[in-house]
Amino acid sequence: MSTFLLQKEPIDTAALRQRVADPDCGGYASFEGWIRNENEGRAVSRLEYEAYAPLAIAEAHRIVNEALKRFEINNALSAHRLGALDVGDLAVWVGVSAPHRADAFAACRYIIDEIKQRLPIWKKEHYADGKAQWVNCAQCASQASLV
Amino acid sequence: MQIHIDYFAILREQAGRQRETLQTDAKTPAHLYLQLCEQYGFELIQARLRVAINDEFCDWSQNLSDGDRVVFIPPVAGG
Repeated sequence: MSTFLLQKEPIDTAALRQRVADPDCGGYASFEGWIRNENEGRAVSRLEYEAYAPLAIAEAHRIVNEALKRFEINNALSAHRLGALDVGDLAVWVGVSAPHRADAFAACRYIIDEIKQRLPIWKKEHYADGKAQWVNCAQCASQASLV
Repeated sequence: MQIHIDYFAILREQAGRQRETLQTDAKTPAHLYLQLCEQYGFELIQARLRVAINDEFCDWSQNLSDGDRVVFIPPVAGG
């Protein structure tokens, strides 16, 4: 069973929650990442997500396998949107089931943190003033020009 | 040597293309990125990127082989 979904369609959290459910588990933790209406003081109107899919999927599987080794959890599943999203949309979802809540919380936190740091996924922010930029890349470009 | 390159995000926009196949004498991804920086004026320095060959992360000093698919990975921003 795939443990990571990369999709243009909205994420069906109820269906994913069912896939994580397990009679051996007494705890379930999930995380939803939403599109905020501002970033670093600038009003955000919409976002575009883009991914290098084969490597993003492979790396996400590695992250889930790491979580399964580090924590006492039974199931973990995550999903990330692609394409154009609006403020308030669900961009990323993580769900974890475990015998007890402490490991469910910890594994959920681990997975979302690693997803944000490691998956080759990019977002372009479009601002209310009509400008747009690739997040994390503008700073890099300006740093490069200082070198 | 023939190399396939896929571009994503800011590099795709600066290169003005999603992918290309080119003949190169570059021995490593590091060397190839330098050549592409000259061609397209990429502003991101290599230190801020990661690189993958054939859909796996790799070292900048790995030897390129004929037919490899190379992707330069700008700073990520998922979530």
